[in-house]
Parts: sequence; structure tokens; C-alpha cells
Amino acid sequence: MRIEPKHTQRAAVVILGSATLFTLVILVLIIVFVLEKGLPAVSLEFLFTKPQEMGRAGGILPTLVGTILLPLVAIAIAMPLGVGTAIYLTEYTRETRLTRIIRFGTDCLAGIPSIIFGLFGFIFFVTTLGMGWSLLSGGLTLAIMVLPTIIRTSEEAIRAVPNAYREVSCSLGATRWETVVKVVLPNALPGIVTGMMLSVGRSIGETAAVIFTAGSSLRMPHSVFDSTRTMAVHFYILAREGISNENAYGTAAVLVIAVLLVNMLTYWLMHRFIARKAR
Amino acid sequence: MKLKREKLVEKVLLVVACSTILSLMLIAVFMLKEGVPFLLKVGLRRFLFSSEWQPRNGQYGIYPMIVASLWVTVGALLVGGPLGIAGAIFLTEFVPRGVMRVVKPAIELLAGIPSVVFGFIGVMVVAPFIREYAGGPGLSVLAAALILGIMILPTVMSISTDAISAVPQSFREGALALGATRWQAVHMVVLRAARSGIIAGVILGMGRAIGETMAVIMVAGNAVKMPHSPLDSVRTLTANIALEMGFATGMHRQALFATGLVLFVVIMLLNSLAMSALKKRAGTR
Repeated sequence: MRIEPKHTQRAAVVILGSATLFTLVILVLIIVFVLEKGLPAVSLEFLFTKPQEMGRAGGILPTLVGTILLPLVAIAIAMPLGVGTAIYLTEYTRETRLTRIIRFGTDCLAGIPSIIFGLFGFIFFVTTLGMGWSLLSGGLTLAIMVLPTIIRTSEEAIRAVPNAYREVSCSLGATRWETVVKVVLPNALPGIVTGMMLSVGRSIGETAAVIFTAGSSLRMPHSVFDSTRTMAVHFYILAREGISNENAYGTAAVLVIAVLLVNMLTYWLMHRFIARKAR
Repeated sequence: MKLKREKLVEKVLLVVACSTILSLMLIAVFMLKEGVPFLLKVGLRRFLFSSEWQPRNGQYGIYPMIVASLWVTVGALLVGGPLGIAGAIFLTEFVPRGVMRVVKPAIELLAGIPSVVFGFIGVMVVAPFIREYAGGPGLSVLAAALILGIMILPTVMSISTDAISAVPQSFREGALALGATRWQAVHMVVLRAARSGIIAGVILGMGRAIGETMAVIMVAGNAVKMPHSPLDSVRTLTANIALEMGFATGMHRQALFATGLVLFVVIMLLNSLAMSALKKRAGTR
């Protein structure tokens, strides 16, 4: 049987359109569900008091602090490495075997699942190097995990800086490094920050790599050698061990809001960056 | 003086640039160091193809978990693959650019939602629904496949969108000029040209599904047994590692690292497949 092309066209539009709509509806439903169940539990008191009885009662203050500190440690380690790599790849070398190997390594690293990072971080940072469950172990593990994202976005941003800028700088007598620091990096900054924010978003939501490296202590961390528990880990433990559904929902709501805020900020930055490039 | 500093900067940057390779090598070395002695002791064959997982009695067989990972991943692809590709086609070919610029980031937000939250929704919504209407324990292959399918959807969609957008406009115009409808132009010309990119997106989505841990632990049920139907409770490779890592010691811990090693090898294979698919696309352009 031959169907009129006009009809297949219409059928295709309807099917593809409803699939897309379905996806959007699911996204909205997930966010609405978490916020509706969780927001009633969230209050200033919930955010700023310590948990009691393993989180059955009380707030989430230490996990909030952990969720802020851990990505900071990770970013502090990953940014110099990632941006440095991007600068090397774009400004200091042509395509050689070494750059191909570096790119291949970056791609491979990007594909490794977080549980493998957790295993590695546990055996290397926590056990072999003796850092124990700590902000530092967790931060180092997350740093390796987000490194590919930072390298890729930074490389793209640096490449997007017009060559004329570099030529002018060099013709004024600046060395290559001076050109990079004073001309290329300031112009690539929005793109580099985008990569950083993406990494922060990923670190905030990460559980598998964190729980085995940063541990799950509910105490307030005082140094990078203290164990900490992030909101994602706290939420996982509350939900999985059935400690308190109400507090689990509350934590989930805070977590989702945090991740959405970070991601939206990232899109806004990226948009500004693209708009500036178009000008 | 200046020249000296330049030389130094270049050397430092070179060292920094090797950090990814160093990390990758460290990961590989430590996974091998922990996993290989165990595999030599137990035997690769018995490890991969025995169905007995009783670490307390020295029985280490991960066959049911390999099968479980496979089922869950294929299920996730069946859910997320078509939805992701359909979304990519619709957004690139059938709606105005402005709509795409709003909808695409919105769907990519899905990728940002933490996996524990997905898992929780699986437990609270999807699993009870399955228990009610299809029977079984609810926490099952089906629940895991549904949740993972939604989770990998943004990966599949965003890479497919890139691939479809990269097809030259002249291809479409040629088809339309020959009297094809928009859909005919899409499925006869555009999709064929974008095929390897779309395949790469699906493979990368598959990698994400196999590697996903927390969401799967929460919704798959975690029973160590061979699945017979999609409604059975299963434990995947990743879940096995994360569930027992907290208290495992000695041989048992090594067995978990060996499980990780199996996962590592599978993911590396999938990634190189995806990379070669993407390269093929770059080559034909």
C-alpha cells in the first residue's frame, strides 16, 4: 500500500512533535514534583540549623556548607590545569602526535562513569596517599572528573578570539605569554567561566564519586582534611535508608533549585558570550 | 630575561597539558593493580560466567549483573533513543529557530538534574505505578530502564541535533526542489547524511546508561539473580560496586575493583566506537 507523501509528512510532524512535547512535559513534571513535595519542608531554619538524629530532624546546614566547599576545592584544582591545557593546545603548539594524545585522553576521561572515579579516588587519594575521607580527596576526584569539560569549553573560547587581536599584541612587542594573559584570556573569559559553571553544576549533583572520597560525616568541616557530606549524598542516605522522607524531599528541593540556578546562570553567560561574538 | 620566562611558561604549560593523560594513566594503573591479581586468582572465566555471588563464601561470579546491566541499558536505549532522536529531528527541521533556542536548553536542563533525584522519582512514582499496573516488586528492570531512558535523552538529543544541523542546507534544498516533502527530505537525505553523528549520540547515551549508578541502585531492586522478565528486580555492575564498597575488605574489595575494571573496559570500547563514528562524519564532510 502506498501512502500519500502529504499524509506521511503530517504523520511525521505529529509523531515527532508529540515526542518532543512528551519530553518537555516530563522535565516540567519532575521539577514540579520535587518542588511541590519538598518546598513545604524548606525554611530558613531548615537551611541554617544542624541535623539531629542522623537527619531525622533538624536542618541541613553542614551539608549545605559541604555542597558549597567541595565544588570550590574541585574548581580551584581543575581550573589552572584545564585552562592551562587549553592554552597549551591552542596557543603553544600545532597539531602534533602529543596534542592528539592529549585530546584522546580528554575524550576518554569524559566518558568514564562517576562510580569509577569514586573507586579510583578511594584507592588513590583516600587510601594510598592517606588523605582519608576528606574535602581534599573529594575535591581532587571531582577535579579529574570535570577536567575534560573545562578543557573543551576553554579551548573553544580561546579559539574564538580573533587572530587579529594576537597579531596586534605581538606587533606592539608583547611576548606570547603577555599576549595570552593580557589579550586572549580576558576575551575568552565568558566562555571559560561557562565551563567552570558547568563543572560546578556537575559537582553539586554528583553522588557516586563523592560518597567514597569525601565521606559522609555530618559534622561541620573545619579544614580540607575533614570529611564532609554534600546535599546530594545526604539526600541519598536519607532516602535510601528511609530515615526521613520529609527531610529527603526538602533536601531534594534545595538541591534541584541549586542545580537549576547554576545551569540557568551558565546559559545566560553563554548567551551573552555568543551575543558578544556576533557583534 | 623575558625570553627565559617565555621558555619556562611553555614548559610549565606542557606539564599541565599532560595532566589529563596522567590522570587517565593513574586511573587505569590503580584499577588494574587492584583488579588483576584478583582475576588471576579466581580466573576470568569463573568471574565473568559464574552466577554465584557470595563474597562471604568466596564465590565471585558477576554473570547475573552483566546480564542485568545489559537489559537495563538496552531498555534505556529503547526509551531514550527514539525520544531523543525524534526531539532532535523535530527541533532542527520542523520548528522555527527561536523555538529551538528555548526548548533545547530546557531539555538540556534534564541533564543537570542530579541522578539521585531521578532515582528518588523512580522510587516514589515509577515503581509504585509498575507494581500497581504490571505486577512484580515495582523496583525492576523496567523501572530502571524508564528512568535511565529519560536520563540519557539529553545526551542523545544534543549530539543528534549537532549532527543534523551540520548537514549542509543545499542537501535539503536539492531534495525539496525535486518535489520531496519536508519529511521525505529529512528521512531520505538529511538523516542519511547525519547517520554517524546520531549513532555516536546513541553510543554515548549507552555509555551513560551502563555507567549510571545512584539512580539504578534506587530503582532496580538490587537482587542478585538472573532476570527472567522486565518486572524482575536486578542488580547492575555499577550498583554492585557502590552497594558493597562501604564494607568490603580484602578479596571482596578486590572483586569490586575487578567489577569496575570490567565496566571500565566496556565503556572504553563504547567510547572509541562513538569517537570513530564521529570521526567518520568529520571525514565525509
